[in-house]
Amino acid sequence: MAAGHAAQHPARSDGQAAEAIHVENLHKKFGQLHVLKGVSLSARDGEVVAIIGGSGSGKSTLLRCINCLENPTSGIIRVNGEEIRLKPNSLGDSVPADRRQIERIRSRLGMVFQSFNLWSHMTLLENVIEVPVHVLGVKRADAIAEAERLLARVGLAEKRDVYPAYLSGGQQQRAAIARALAVQPRVMLFDEPTSALDPELVGEVLKVIGDLAREGRTMVLVTHEMKFAREVATHVIYLWNGVVEEEGPPEQLFGAPRSERLKQFIRNIG
Amino acid sequence: MRGLANSVQIALGAFGLGLAIGIAGAWGKLYGSPVVRDLMEIYTTVVRAVPELVLILLLYYAGTDLINRALDSFGYAPVDISGLAAGIGVLGIVQGAYATEVIRGAILAIPQGQIEAARAYGMPPGKMLRRITLPAMLPFAIPGLANLWLIATKDTALLAVVGFNELTQETRQAGATTKAYFTFFVAAGVLYLLLTLFSNVIIGRIERWARRGMPPVAESGR
Repeated sequence: MAAGHAAQHPARSDGQAAEAIHVENLHKKFGQLHVLKGVSLSARDGEVVAIIGGSGSGKSTLLRCINCLENPTSGIIRVNGEEIRLKPNSLGDSVPADRRQIERIRSRLGMVFQSFNLWSHMTLLENVIEVPVHVLGVKRADAIAEAERLLARVGLAEKRDVYPAYLSGGQQQRAAIARALAVQPRVMLFDEPTSALDPELVGEVLKVIGDLAREGRTMVLVTHEMKFAREVATHVIYLWNGVVEEEGPPEQLFGAPRSERLKQFIRNIG
Repeated sequence: MRGLANSVQIALGAFGLGLAIGIAGAWGKLYGSPVVRDLMEIYTTVVRAVPELVLILLLYYAGTDLINRALDSFGYAPVDISGLAAGIGVLGIVQGAYATEVIRGAILAIPQGQIEAARAYGMPPGKMLRRITLPAMLPFAIPGLANLWLIATKDTALLAVVGFNELTQETRQAGATTKAYFTFFVAAGVLYLLLTLFSNVIIGRIERWARRGMPPVAESGR
């Protein structure tokens, strides 16, 4: 495993960590609506990139383009140095040209959704072992052992045989994070992971995500939780109307924003 | 009794065939290319528009004739298609059209996020159908499919017109020979009823299992 990683992701010669996610000049149109107008983004190994912005700024679309859940109109997307091969379709979007390539790339990107999206006909344990066993080909016994460890880690060990519908939103989201961890993700993608939660449940989920960030996991995180973004992010991108209005380290963006729009955004939300 | 066994056999076969056609049809209608979608639309519209009795007569007589002509033109000897196979085939095609719509509706009722999660984790389409889409749509499809099964058990009676010895046909013959029409038809009615009651028990079990991940609907008035 370690040897494979080293070969696949050689450290840069300049000593910097390798680039886990690289997005270049991404455009996305929904019909007439131009949602992303040439956005670039980069996340090196161990970095936590937070994408912030008002509603309709394109931040979720940007995240969903990284694993082609949304087909970009044009642009370059590289995951762990491997460029996703795209081909144009009849709608004018670019769709993955090679189904196996995109499936392989997706299977190592742990995605966590706003509305959890756990599989309702499976218990938590079954949800967590599903992808390792049926996509990655891990032995069932090994997958179960790992899933138990991960569920314990997010504080749900005793809920392993419960179906998602019987759990609170916070518990479901923590289980969804365990599911994402089970694929041993190279990068974790969080799409507004606390937006659908009752306010009193937000803390428990942010704590889990924060712990993961502090242990050096690579993450791209779309969030409305500014305080949280400031704490855990290594790099913040402020998206406005489909363009990167301002980006930089969190202290700079939140402490000394230059853009008028960002200043106003922080005032309104803070 | 042999008539009942034949009826159940045809109903099971037709329902199974209908289910297979229904899954393929729903998949085609939802995710297929425009051509596939149009073909499926024509299939479900035509089959559901024409009375089943007419379809049975048409497919049974015209169908066997077509098959034999085709075989003949390729130089094979004509085959005698068994009533059982023909019955299953004909009712299966009818059932398939209805099942397509039931299953299509059920797939649309799945919270789309669950399908999206499967995509986001790189599940190939075939596996996604088997592991996620079908089990997730089952609770929404069971009431409709249960209806189809009960209709299938009784549609077998229509095969009497093509001279197949299912329950109704056997009953008529028994009545004709003994003149005790009333007794035999009441007995046949009771057999159909028993079949339905037994089916309901089985369907109830399957439904409980399919809904295992869903909390019970809260009882009102408590």
